[in-house]
This record gives sequence, structure tokens and C-alpha cells, in this order.
Amino acid sequence: MDSVIDVLSWIFLSGGAAFLLIGAIGALRFPDFYTRLHAVSVCDTLGAGLVLVGLMLQGGLSLVTVKLLLMFYFLMFTGPTAVHALAQAAWQAKQQALVDDHGP
Amino acid sequence: MQYLIDIILLALLMTTGFAIVHMKSLLAVAMLTSIYSLLSAALFVVLDAVDVALTEAAIGAGISTILMLATVALTTDREKEPRHTPLLPLLVVIATGAALIYGTVDMPHYGDPSSPVHQHVASTYLQDAPAETGVPNVVTSVLASYRGYDTLGEVTVIFTAGIGVMALLGYRIHRRKMVREEMRHLIVLRVIAKLFFPLILLFALYVQFHGDYGPGGGFQAGVIFATGFILYALAFGLGNAQRVITHRLLQIMMAVGVLIFAGVGIESMLLGGHFLEYRVLAGDPVAGQHLGILLIELGVGITVAAVMLIIYYGFVSRRD
Repeated sequence: MDSVIDVLSWIFLSGGAAFLLIGAIGALRFPDFYTRLHAVSVCDTLGAGLVLVGLMLQGGLSLVTVKLLLMFYFLMFTGPTAVHALAQAAWQAKQQALVDDHGP
Repeated sequence: MQYLIDIILLALLMTTGFAIVHMKSLLAVAMLTSIYSLLSAALFVVLDAVDVALTEAAIGAGISTILMLATVALTTDREKEPRHTPLLPLLVVIATGAALIYGTVDMPHYGDPSSPVHQHVASTYLQDAPAETGVPNVVTSVLASYRGYDTLGEVTVIFTAGIGVMALLGYRIHRRKMVREEMRHLIVLRVIAKLFFPLILLFALYVQFHGDYGPGGGFQAGVIFATGFILYALAFGLGNAQRVITHRLLQIMMAVGVLIFAGVGIESMLLGGHFLEYRVLAGDPVAGQHLGILLIELGVGITVAAVMLIIYYGFVSRRD
């Protein structure tokens, strides 16, 4: 049973790390501000969430898991809100999006 | 493994330091200093100094970033081009750095238990503190009890900083309840701010009163408390925040905190002890110590929260 939980937790941890890495690559490689923000926001929320779930499995039924659960709860709110605020600020500062001429 | 984490964190710290020197946009520099503080906080956690890490994260990464951004908003966000050659400063920096590195040669090895720092009073504190003060967190008992004079000095420094900012920046009362037009449709931000505001205050109280048992204490709690109100002011406008906590109230609280701290010291003198000798405060010495620590931490928290908010009000009220 312990080894099953261990394996599950490692799957979550490495999955989360992979998402964070992909998000970081996206932030460096994408062409304009909004696409970069998109890469970071989606991958960060998911990646951090997966890492926390992995850590919760490691923590077992203890106070640590409760604290991690609270962190998870807060991250689900603060991450998207921060990105929303950034995008809003960029929009108000007339940051141009890179638009394809043939697109909608 | 531990060394690997140390090396990665230190390398990131160095990279951030170089980036700060290199950047010309002051807005980016302010954000980078925040990242620098967060990395330092992580480093402190690795070094098992959780209390310091909490302080660094709350003050360095949190509130000082906001104050720096407020300063940038007041002044300019471009660095001025230097008018002289960087040769002389570079020489000074290299010479100082070389002298410092030369100085480390004589220092005891990293984590050496026989070094003077660990031999002087630290071992006594570590052994006797829980029994003498009844406080499980040794950091709190050292900070509040054994080194109470130093902490009183620190709180007075913060108090003086608050007075300095008030004297330099002055202060204008905000009568306007409305926020500026472009802030009004930030509904997501406002809902989240309203949702988190009570939780932040609750967490501040937890850090304040749980400081005896875990990491935390007056300094961290005061800053977190102030952060809650700053978040409120950011989302709902300074005028609304000031209807809850007025400038006048902050001025009083700022002094009340220091007075509580010093008052505990004088009270212990009146009861026949030395200044800040908490043993005499209650019938039982351990209970007295516990009570004294609780009271002075409360004083620290009140002063720190009030000063942080006064500095924030001072900076931002000049803007609009």
C-alpha cells in the first residue's frame, strides 16, 4: 500500500514539475505578452496544484496535509487572480497583442 | 542533496543580483528585489531559520516591494544614465569584495559546532530556554526575553522610521470615497480581495499568538496585518481603507506598541525586578516569563503594523 502511494505521489510530483517546466519554456519562447502570460498561468496553476497533491500523498493523514490543502485552496484563487490583474493592467497600458493578419 | 539545493539557490540569488545591476527599468528592478527576497527566504528555510524566513518573505518579498512600487509610481521608472566612468566604483567594489573573501579564510568552518558563536551563550539558551520561559520556540524566548533590550531597540527604530516618513512626506487626508475610473471595473480583483482580507487578518493573529509555539511573532504578524489592509486599499481605494483605519488611529497605535513594550519593563521594575525581568510579573517565574513575552510581542505587532500602514499611507496619499 505504501509503495502504491509513493508511486502515485511521484507521478503527481514529476507531472507537476513537467508542467512548470513547460510553462517556463512557454514564457520564454512565445512571441508576445499575452501568449506568454497564457503559458505561465495555465501551466503554473496546474503544475503547482499537482506538486501539492503529490506532497499531500507524501504527508499522509496529518496536519501537514491539512496545511497543504489550505495552500492548494489559496493557490487556486491567487494564481489566476494575479494573472488576470496582469493581463488587465497590460490591456489598459495599451499593450499590443500580436495579431495574425488573416485571423479573425 | 542539501548542498545541491544550497548551490542552486545561491546561483539563482547571484543571477538575480546581476540582473538587478544590469536592468535599467526600475519597475523590473523592484520586482527582481522581491524575487531576491523570496530566494533568500527559501535559503533561510534550508538553513532551518524559519522565523527569519517568515520575516524575509513578509517584509522583503511582500511589503517592501509594494513600497518600492509606490516610490516608482511617485518618481520615475527609468534609471538615470551615470555621468562618470564606472571604473572607480568598480575598483572599490572589487577591493572590498576581495577583503571580505580574505576575511572568510580565518572564519570557522561552516556549521562547525566548536566555533565561538555556538560556544558562548547559545548552548545555555538552547538548554535552559524552554524550562525557564515556558515557551517552546527558542527563537521567541531569545528575542523577547534574553535579548529583550535589543528587541526594544528594534521596535524603537521602527517607530522612529514611521515618524521620519511622516515628517518627510507629510500627509494628506483623503476625503474622496471613489477610486479612480480605471480601477472600478476590476471586479475579479475586488471579489478576491474581499474574500482574502479576513483570512489574511486571521493568519496575522495566528502568527502573532502562535509565535510562542511555532515560527512567528510580533514582527511578522504586524507586517501580515498591514498587508491585509494594503490589499484592501489597493482594490478599493485609499479613501475606503482610511475610513476603517484612520491616520490618527495609526499614529496612536504606533506609540501604544512601544509603550506596551517599555511599560512591561517598568512594571517589572515596580514589582521589584530589573527592567524587562518578566519573572516577577506573575506569582510563578515561568508563568511571568510567558506573560511578559506575550505582552511585548503584542506591543511589537501593534507598532510594526501601524508603522507599515503609516509609511504606505504616506507614500500613496501623495499620489492622488
